[in-house]
Amino acid sequence: MSTENRTPLLRLAKRSEMDPRKVWCIRVASIAIALILGFIPILLTGNNPFAAYGVIVQGSLSRPIYIRQTVKIAVPLLGCALAIAPCFKMKFWNIGAEGQITMGAVAATYFALFWADKLPHFPLLAIMFISGAVAGGLWALIPAFFKAKWNTNETLFTLMMNYIAIGIVAWLQGGPWEGRKGSQLIPMFSDNARIPTVLGVHCGWVIALVLVVLMYIYMNRTKQGYEIAVIGDSVNTARYAGMNVGWIMMRTMFLSGAISGIVGFMIVSGANYTLYSGVANGVGFTSITVAWLSQLNSFAMIAISMMLAILEKGSNTLQTRMEIPASIADIITGILLFCMLSCEFFINYRLIFRHRERKEVNV
Amino acid sequence: MEKKCAIEMKGITKRFGQVTANDSIDLRINRGEIMALLGENGSGKTTLMNMLSGIYQPDEGEIYEDGSRIYIRSPREAYEYGIGMIHQHYKLIEVFTATQNIILGLNDGKMDIAAAEARVKEICSRYGFDIDPGKKVYDMSVSQKQTVEIVKVLYRGADILILDEPTAVLTPQETQKLFRVLRNMKEDGKAIVIITHKLHEVMDVSDTVTVLRKGKYIGTVNTADTDPQALTDMMVGHAVSLNIERPRYPDPQRKLIVEGLTVVDEEGIRRLDSVSFTANTGEILGVAGISGSGQKELLEAITGLYPVKEGSIRFIGSDGSETELVGKTPKKIRETGIGMAFVPEDRLGMGLVGSMGMTGNMLLRSWKNGKGALLRKKDPEALANRIWKDLDVVTPGVDYPVRRLSGGNVQKVLVGREISSEPAVLMTAYAVRGLDINTSYTIYSLLTEQKMKGVAVIYVGEDLDVLIELADRILVLCGGRVAGIVDGRTATKEEIGLLMTHFDSKESGE
Amino acid sequence: MTTLIALVVAAVTFGTVLMYGTLGEILTEKSGNLNLGVEGIMYMGGAFGLAGAFYYEKAAGAAVNGPLAVTIAILSAFAAGMAASAIYSFITVTLRANQNVTGLALSIFGTGIGQFVGEFMRVSEGGYVALSNGLKTFFASPVFPPFLVNIPVAGRIFFSHTVFFYLAVLLAVLMYLFLQKTRCGMYLTAVGESPATSDAAGISITAYKYLATTIGGGISAIGGMVYIMTTAGCVWNHEGLSGVGWLAVALVIFCMWRPLNAIWGSILFGAMMIMYLRVSIPFIPTEIYKILPYIVTVIVLVLTSMKNSRDKQPPASLGNNYFREER
Repeated sequence: MSTENRTPLLRLAKRSEMDPRKVWCIRVASIAIALILGFIPILLTGNNPFAAYGVIVQGSLSRPIYIRQTVKIAVPLLGCALAIAPCFKMKFWNIGAEGQITMGAVAATYFALFWADKLPHFPLLAIMFISGAVAGGLWALIPAFFKAKWNTNETLFTLMMNYIAIGIVAWLQGGPWEGRKGSQLIPMFSDNARIPTVLGVHCGWVIALVLVVLMYIYMNRTKQGYEIAVIGDSVNTARYAGMNVGWIMMRTMFLSGAISGIVGFMIVSGANYTLYSGVANGVGFTSITVAWLSQLNSFAMIAISMMLAILEKGSNTLQTRMEIPASIADIITGILLFCMLSCEFFINYRLIFRHRERKEVNV
Repeated sequence: MEKKCAIEMKGITKRFGQVTANDSIDLRINRGEIMALLGENGSGKTTLMNMLSGIYQPDEGEIYEDGSRIYIRSPREAYEYGIGMIHQHYKLIEVFTATQNIILGLNDGKMDIAAAEARVKEICSRYGFDIDPGKKVYDMSVSQKQTVEIVKVLYRGADILILDEPTAVLTPQETQKLFRVLRNMKEDGKAIVIITHKLHEVMDVSDTVTVLRKGKYIGTVNTADTDPQALTDMMVGHAVSLNIERPRYPDPQRKLIVEGLTVVDEEGIRRLDSVSFTANTGEILGVAGISGSGQKELLEAITGLYPVKEGSIRFIGSDGSETELVGKTPKKIRETGIGMAFVPEDRLGMGLVGSMGMTGNMLLRSWKNGKGALLRKKDPEALANRIWKDLDVVTPGVDYPVRRLSGGNVQKVLVGREISSEPAVLMTAYAVRGLDINTSYTIYSLLTEQKMKGVAVIYVGEDLDVLIELADRILVLCGGRVAGIVDGRTATKEEIGLLMTHFDSKESGE
Repeated sequence: MTTLIALVVAAVTFGTVLMYGTLGEILTEKSGNLNLGVEGIMYMGGAFGLAGAFYYEKAAGAAVNGPLAVTIAILSAFAAGMAASAIYSFITVTLRANQNVTGLALSIFGTGIGQFVGEFMRVSEGGYVALSNGLKTFFASPVFPPFLVNIPVAGRIFFSHTVFFYLAVLLAVLMYLFLQKTRCGMYLTAVGESPATSDAAGISITAYKYLATTIGGGISAIGGMVYIMTTAGCVWNHEGLSGVGWLAVALVIFCMWRPLNAIWGSILFGAMMIMYLRVSIPFIPTEIYKILPYIVTVIVLVLTSMKNSRDKQPPASLGNNYFREER
C-alpha cells in the first residue's frame, strides 16, 4: 500500500476576520520586504543600498524645496486616486484616468491660451477649474454610457479612451495650438493663468486635501455614497432597492472624470504652465494602484501617494549623485506594489499546513 | 445479503469559518445499491459529497475505498478513484458542444472528436438517453444539460455515482426515466448516491437511506424496513405533522389584479404567457410549480424589476382606486405610495448587501428618506436593533456584515425589514429554503400575522406539504402559464402535482 | 503604387511588432487572465533582447553568427517576458490579487526594468549601445533570397519582410490550430470560460493559467525585441516603444480573441500607425491617424457588446480570479 497519498501539504481557507493590528503589521512588513528587495537593482549598479536609500530620503525630504517638489509630485497622484475610489468601490474598473486628466488639461488650456487677456485672474482660474472638471467628466461619461446601455467592457473602453485623448493633445500640439511654427509646442501660460502658490507649492495641494475630506464624507455619509457601495456589492440588490444602476454609474463616472479633470487643470496651471501630450505622465495609472492599496480609504491615500512621490523625487537625486538610472523609482515602485498586493492574500486567506500523520500503516 | 463496501467515510468534519457543515460523520456506500442521502436543506449533504468529489477536503476524518485509505485532493483524483458527481448546478461550458463537454478533462491520447461522439451515442442508446452530441450547451434545455452531465460521468467509467438533487428541475416523467437509468446502473454493480429531501423519491428508488441533520450523522436504514413518517422523524428530530395555523380573514378584498401578463427574456423565450390572477387582502396566495416555471419572473414583473411585454398589473388602493404598475420602475412604484414588499430568492445577491451590517441593510428601503444629500442613519439603526431583538437574530452587533451570518439569520433580517415597511402586498420567493424547522415556523407565523393584518401575501414555495397547509389559494404555474388556481384547504398534493406538469405533457406532444 | 507598396511594407514591419504582443496577450486572456502589463513586458523584451544580442556580439567578436544572434535575442526577450508574467501569475493566480491593479503594477515595473537595463548598458559600456552594422542589417533584412524579393509588386509585398514576420504568422497559425484542434487548447478555452467547470472536470486551473500567461508574456516580449531590432535600428529607444503594449491590448479586442484575425489586424493597425508618414489626406491631420486604431477598437468593442452574440465575447471569466472553496 502506498503511503505517498496524503492530504496536501498546504491548503487554503478564507479567513473570517483578522485583528486590525495584525493586519497593519502585515502591511508594514510587506513594505519593508519591498524595500529590501529593492536592494537587488541597486547592488547590481555597484552601489551601497543603504546609502542609496539615504540619498532618496535626503533628496526628497531634507530641505523645504525638496519637500515642495515631492509634494508637487504627490498632489496629482492623490487627487486622481480620490477620483478613482468611487468607481472602484462600484466595481467599475475605470482605468481611464490618464485620458480624463488629459482632457481636463485640454479644456483648462483652452481658456489659459485664449481667454487669459480677457478675464481677470480669479475668474479665469475658476473657469479653467470648471471647464477642466466638465471636460474630464464628459470624457469619462462616454464609456460609462456604453457600459450602462450595452454592458460594454469598461476596462478595455476606458483604456482606449486614454490614447485617444493623448492623440488629441499631440494633434493640438503640432497643429491648431502650436506656438512658434515647427516647435511642436504649445506656448507657456501667462502669469494670469497660473494658480497661486501656498507655502511655496501651487495651491493644488490644498484642493487635494479638501477633496480628501469631501470624498471621505461622500463615500461614507451621503446617499450617493451609499448607492455606490450597494452597487459595488451587488447590482441586483441595487435594482431591487429601486436604484437606477445605469444612471448612478454614469453620474459616478462623471464625478470621477471631473476630479481627474481638475487634476489635469492643476498640472497644467500649477506645475507645467503648458500642455503637451505626456501631461498625465502615467499618473492616471499609478494612482489606480494608490487607490487600491489604500483600500479606497481617502486618508490612507495621502500616505501612499507621498510614499511613491518620495521614491520618484529621491530617485532623480539618486541619478545625479550616484549615476543610478532614475528608472529605479519605477522598479522599486513596482516591487512595492507587488509586495503590497501580495500581502492582502495573507490577510484574506488562512494557510493550513498538513497535520503530522503517524507513519504506521495498517496492512 | 452482504453488499460490497465501496466507500467508507470515518469521522469527517468540515468547517466554513464559524459554521460546522459536517460534524464527525461516518458513512458507508455499497456497490450494487442505491443509497439516498436524506436531510433538510443545509443539513450538510452536498458538503459531505463534495469531499468525495474532490471539491472540498475534509478538515478531519478519513476516507477509504475498498478498504484502503484514499486522499481525494481534486476532482481529477476523484475520477481516478471512479467517483463521479453530478452537481445541482451543472458544470458545463456554455460555448462548447455536448461532446466537448463530455470529454473535458479526459486524457486518452490524441483528441478525436468523431470517435468521442460515437462513444457518446453508444452510451446514450444503451441507457436510452436522447441528446445531440454536436449541440452547443447554450441551446439546451435543463434536462438535456443534466443528461450531458450524467453521460459525462458514465463516459469516464465511474462506478460510484453521486447525484445532487437531480430531480429538482425535472418533470415526473423525466424523473421516472432517470430512476429507470439509475436502476440499470445498480444492476451493473455501480454504487449510487442520490442526494434528496423528497421522501417519496427515497421510498421509490433507494435501497438504503442515510439521514443527516444539521451536519450530523443520524443513522442508516434499509428502505424496505422504514416508512416516510420514520424518516421524517430522523430528519427533523421529532415527529412533526406540519400543523401550520391557517386562520380565515373576515373580509378579503381584491388588492392586485394581474391580467394577461406576458414577459420575454433576453433570448426571446416567453417566461410568462398571459398570466391572470387576483391577489386578495387577508389571503396567502401560494404559487407552486417546478422550478423555472416563471415564479421568479412573476414576482419581479410585479415589483417592476422585469420588463413586461403585454398585460396589466393593477393595484387597488384602500379607497378602491386602481393604479397600473406596468411600465413603472421600482422607484416610481414606491413614490406612488404603493407599499410593496419583496423577499427575493437570492437573499444576499438581491435582497441584502452582504458586506454591510443590519443597519446598512435597513437603509436599503429608506436611504432616500430626508432632504439633502446626507444619509439618515438613526431610524434604520433603531429598526435594526428592534429586529435584532424581536426576531432573535444571532449576530454580534448591528454593524456586523450580514454575509457572515447563518442562512436563517440572514432571512430573518430580510423578512424583518420587508415586514417593517407595513406593506399592502408582501411577496416571498422560497422564503424557507435552507432554513431549519424552527426558523421556518417563525417565517410561517410572520406571514400569517401579516395576512391577518390585511396584507395580500404571495408565497412562492417548492414544498407542496407547506403550501397546502399555509396558503388560502394556490396558483400553479407550468411553463410560464397558469395551469390552475386551487383552494388551499381542499387541494391535494396529487392534484397540484398534476397541474404542475400539465402543459409539459401537452408540449411534448406537439 | 510605389507609395502603396512602401506603405504595406512599413505596415507589416510595425504590424509584426504588434502581432507578437497581441498573440501573447490572446493566449494569456484565453486563460481568463487580463494581463495589463503588456506594455512593461514589451519594454523588458526590447531591453533584454537587445542586451542578449549585444553581449553575445561582444563576446563572439568577429566570429559573430547572424542566425545565432537572432536566436539569442528571441530567447532573451522570451525569457524576460516569461519572468515578468510569472510575477503576474504568482500574484493573481496563487495570491489572488486584483488583476487590473497587478497588471498596471507590472506595467510600471516592466517599463522601469526596461529603461534601467537600457540605461545601465549605456552607462556601463560608456555611451552608445548598438550592434555592429553587419548584424543590424541582418536583423532588418528580408529572409527570402533577392530573386523572390525582386519580383515586381508581389516580391515586395510578400517576400521582403524580416524573418520575424514569417515567424509571427507561423505562430498565429499554430496558435489557431492549438486552440481549435488540440485537447490542451480546448481545455485552455474551458479554463477561460468557466474555471469552476474545468476544475470539476479535473483540469488544473493553476497550471493552465500559469502556462498560458507566462508563455503568452514571453511571446509578447518578443514583440518589444522586434521593435528595437528592426524599427529602432538596434538601439534602445523607449520613446518609440511607448504605447505599443497598450496598442496590443486593443488589438486583442479588435481580433476578438482569435489568433488568425491577429495577422491582418496587426498589419491594419500597423498601417494606421505609420500612415501619416506615407500618405497625407487633406484636412486630416497626421496625428489623428495615430488614434485611429484606438477609435476602431472602441467601435468594435461597442458593436460586439451591442450585438451580444455568443461566440464573439471575451472569455467569460476574463479578469476574475478563481478560488475553489469560494461559497
